Amino acid sequence: MADLKKEHELIVSVSPHIRDEETTSRIMWTVNLSLLPAFFLGFYFFGLKALFVTALCIISSVLSEYFFQKAVKKKLTVNDGSAFLTGLLLGMNLPPSLWSFNPFTIHVPIIGSVIAVVITKQFFGGLGYNIFNPALIGRAFVLISFPKAMTIWTEPTAAFLALDAKTTATPLGILKEDGLAKLIEVFGDKINLYAELFNGHRAGSIGETSVLALLIGAGFLLYKRYITWHIPISFLGTVAALAWIFGGKSPETGKMLLFAGDPLIHLLSGGLMLGAFFMATDYVTCPSVRKGQIVFGIGCGALTMLIRIKGGYPEGVMFAILLMNCFVPLIDRAMKSDVFGAVKEKKK
Amino acid sequence: MSNAENKISYIGLVKNGIFSENPIFKVALSLCPAVAVTSGVKNGFMMGIAVLFVQIMVNITVSIVRKFIHPKVRIPSYMFIIATWVTVTDLSMAAFARDVYAQMGLYIKLIVAFAIILTRAELFASKQKVTPSFFDGLGVGAGFLFALVIIGFFRELLGKGSLWGYPIINTKPLLIMILPTGGFFAVGILMGLFNWIGIKFFGGGGASGGGH
Repeated sequence: MADLKKEHELIVSVSPHIRDEETTSRIMWTVNLSLLPAFFLGFYFFGLKALFVTALCIISSVLSEYFFQKAVKKKLTVNDGSAFLTGLLLGMNLPPSLWSFNPFTIHVPIIGSVIAVVITKQFFGGLGYNIFNPALIGRAFVLISFPKAMTIWTEPTAAFLALDAKTTATPLGILKEDGLAKLIEVFGDKINLYAELFNGHRAGSIGETSVLALLIGAGFLLYKRYITWHIPISFLGTVAALAWIFGGKSPETGKMLLFAGDPLIHLLSGGLMLGAFFMATDYVTCPSVRKGQIVFGIGCGALTMLIRIKGGYPEGVMFAILLMNCFVPLIDRAMKSDVFGAVKEKKK
Repeated sequence: MSNAENKISYIGLVKNGIFSENPIFKVALSLCPAVAVTSGVKNGFMMGIAVLFVQIMVNITVSIVRKFIHPKVRIPSYMFIIATWVTVTDLSMAAFARDVYAQMGLYIKLIVAFAIILTRAELFASKQKVTPSFFDGLGVGAGFLFALVIIGFFRELLGKGSLWGYPIINTKPLLIMILPTGGFFAVGILMGLFNWIGIKFFGGGGASGGGH
């Protein structure tokens, strides 16, 4: 023992010399924890269906990671919580109505999880090498493959054990199809609309509805400094600004009315909060330089609003983040900070 | 010189084109048509046949005239030869297979720009005699045809639930496979599978290169 200690004293290693307690798995499990409030509210509003869909995603993500790593004889990293996180995020991004036997749609979460973990993450080399956010690719894949099943939204009830539910449209769906007046009519008045959107008492994906619960989780992550404000704030700010500028519609003609939009509705609805705080900030798929993170956030926000206002889908957060994921290497290269002590090359 | 040429085994050339130098799965050239026209087995097959014909004829022609082409203008000359045979294919298909032509006439014309045809003309036919060039074109064209049919098979079966236009299963299991996105998924996964089998069971190398 004494010899061993002596030996240790003599080892000179390369930097970093000061190490933190943080490990990948600890960060992953903390993020999982911070998603719990939102998940519980989803469970509260959508009942057992929400629980089943999310559990199915988590189980199939973890299992597919386990079996893939077994099959290719890689080191098992199931315990680091990243597959669990992918499953949880995917589950929270799916509509609760997927837990249904007639029509049979239970395979949808499973296919999404397998695509997310195996194709998006493991095929590219595992955690840290994926270009795209796995959960979002899983969701995009099933949204395109099963457009019908993925757009049946359940009306929120607080009835816990009910497996039957009425279907309805999401606020953004109503906004896209019938306009703002209809949306306010559905929710009573404008104040009530904001309140319901903030609390999460609306149709939508399991974990995206409650802004309140998501903000609690995000605040926890910000406090722990696992995420920084750069991406979420620039993302949300761009969405708010563009919603205010281009989101307005003239009630008579239906044409676009500049500087008359309602940024609050766009901020509070859809998957924006979940996307901005939990998806866009994924370490692997966002720029590592602060300046680049702001560019990334602005790009996400602009693409989101472009899809929401002009695109075919009512919601664009998912595609916006995925598209910006492609640009991360470019952003990182363009914004890379100067090496300390290096002399800037003169431009010819 | 002549001895070395005689040693080339014709069957080996064909095998080489289909397996160890498969245009799509190994050399990764002409991936654009592999994604664009393989939404069904039938389209993939017709495209493969067209490329097979063009590749063989181009190889033969280039091999015949290889001694008359000045090296400095060889690429434009090959392009003329390729364009000639593509026009022949294009007009023949327009005459004899109208329904297919209506769907993919645009892509038939695009064969002119396929990297794989120019590559084989430049790398093989311009240096070899006519017979080996013919077999090389046959192999490479057959490899292309084989890859397109395999990709088309999975995409049509999963995306439309049918094969060669005939319904096999009632549902559409994975709608995404019929879309361009699904094409990339299918090409990528099949390429990986093809190379895995090649390395695992036949001891070959992995895929190399890459092109449009």
